[in-house]
Amino acid sequence: MMPLLRSFIALRWIAVWQRNGRVWRKLAGPALLGNIGEPLLYLVALGFGLGALVGEVEGVDYLTFLASGFVCASVMNTASFEGIYSAYTCMAVQETWTAMLHTPLDVHDILIGEAMWAATKALLSALFIIIVAAFLGAVEGMLALAVLPVALLSGVTFAAMALVVTAVSRSYDFFLYYFTLLLTPMLLFSGVFFPVEGMPQWLQQLAQLLPLSHAIELVRPLMLGEIPQGIALHLLMLCGYGLLALLLAARLIQRRLHR
Amino acid sequence: MSTVVRAHGLSKCYGTQRVVDGIDLAVHEGECFGLLGPNGAGKTTTLRMLLGMTPPNGGELTVLGYPIPEQARQMRHLLGVVPQQDDLDPEFSVVENLLTYASYFGLHGSEIGQRIEALLDFASLRQKASERIDALSGGMKRRLAMARALVNDPRLVILDEPTTGLDPQARQLIWQRLRALLNEGRTLILTTHYMDEAQRLCDRLAIMDRGRILDVGSPSELITRHIEPHVVEVHGEGVERWREQQNGHNLMRSELVGETLFCYTDRERELVESLCGHDGLQYLSRHATLEDVFLKLTGRDLRE
Ligand SMILES: Nc1ncnc2c1ncn2[C@@H]1O[C@H](COP(=O)(O)OP(=O)(O)O)[C@@H](O)[C@H]1O
Ligand SMILES: [Mg+2]
Repeated sequence: MMPLLRSFIALRWIAVWQRNGRVWRKLAGPALLGNIGEPLLYLVALGFGLGALVGEVEGVDYLTFLASGFVCASVMNTASFEGIYSAYTCMAVQETWTAMLHTPLDVHDILIGEAMWAATKALLSALFIIIVAAFLGAVEGMLALAVLPVALLSGVTFAAMALVVTAVSRSYDFFLYYFTLLLTPMLLFSGVFFPVEGMPQWLQQLAQLLPLSHAIELVRPLMLGEIPQGIALHLLMLCGYGLLALLLAARLIQRRLHR
Repeated sequence: MSTVVRAHGLSKCYGTQRVVDGIDLAVHEGECFGLLGPNGAGKTTTLRMLLGMTPPNGGELTVLGYPIPEQARQMRHLLGVVPQQDDLDPEFSVVENLLTYASYFGLHGSEIGQRIEALLDFASLRQKASERIDALSGGMKRRLAMARALVNDPRLVILDEPTTGLDPQARQLIWQRLRALLNEGRTLILTTHYMDEAQRLCDRLAIMDRGRILDVGSPSELITRHIEPHVVEVHGEGVERWREQQNGHNLMRSELVGETLFCYTDRERELVESLCGHDGLQYLSRHATLEDVFLKLTGRDLRE
């Protein structure tokens, strides 16, 4: 934990973050379209289409309910893609990380830089959806701005988890396991599309273990201008997953690159 | 003259294989030091240990006065690395590659601007400054990798097979640039399996095989230490018969490789005279080279 903390404070990771930002600026067009355009299409289509059938959910119209779920889902997807595909390409295909390790940067600097970059992209996608949701009337009050730090934190958590998978991966195919076994269930059972209360008790309890559930329990009230309940627990879960994943990823990447 | 790299009993095992087997090294400030060895000799692994990329299983190592791997980060501020495989950033232009790499050293903006201009000239890449990497030839990429390794004005530059895979013109250009670095007083460590490169560039070199260093010295020292000054290569009809006739004259030490008889001698004139009248035989008489030493020390079996 100490090397991670020291590296975070030394801010060398900013060079890694900037490098990724520079790459992103070159490819921003298609990237933006994929990251943000798609969730927006779903939000509008499902919000209006399903909303007409469903009516109100938890006291708000379905579009409003769905918007906060989509903010979190988009954070998860954006950070995971970045932590998996971009990071794996840098690590295993382009040898970008090896080049970095030939400079004063170390594995911790790289890891934090990658996670912070993925979280930054996640934050941008959250912001974009919030803005559009606001236009659609699905956001109440300025408290919605408090979603942004939650998005950043969740982004780091999901990126760190993805980086663990990247660290042990031998090819792009391996990532399908992670998507199918973890990300898709998380998307379906954390309350993005419908309240978890409708599911069997045991499933609800399992859902409580998923980091995405906790992100949603923070973001959903904030989008409606309300203070969430159990803030400490939710933050603790997100931070805990994030920190554990970072520590594990650091270990694994160290072992892989410094062999 | 201070010592830039000092290794004692340095070892690395992968599984049960001792890839680097207790080597001693001393590299002096300002020299070009070569690691010469066949494929799989352990050259890259040795370099990786010097960089702090691979933790050794045993031995002691200091680079630029820092214990490695413990203080590798501090050491790398003063180090330039040109890896065997290109690891340039393909999304970036030539200049962006240099700027981005400089940022890893904490170098930004105006302080680095002039240096980058100079490096573009050094690498003869001014015309290509804003081209993407995939528009560069192999030689240009290697020159860019060299320029990149110099952004932090390093005292020591480590190059892993700097000219492998390049055409002769491109190699000449790289050699010229490496000599320029030596003239600036930098220390170079490079690996190669090209004899001409080693002989031409290196002040001293270590011949390495199967994880061990077989000998260290300047190219001419190595030649005088291990081999007779002349080599006569003989081939053609009746070469074996001629060889038997020479037994007992004590003119040479000889080795038959394929169809060619390599005769190592310090009485080259007498040997050539003894070839006269053997119409079927063709010969080439030349000075002994590093390659002869290398083959004597590492053997002629094929390494893959
Ligand atoms: N990470 C590794 N894991 C297992 N074996 C390795 C690893 N790296 C190198 N080797 C083995 O170590 C030996 C020396 O490799 P290397 O140092 O790359 O040799 P050279 O650079 O002289 O060609 C080779 O047999 C190679 O297969
Ligand atoms: Mg090698």
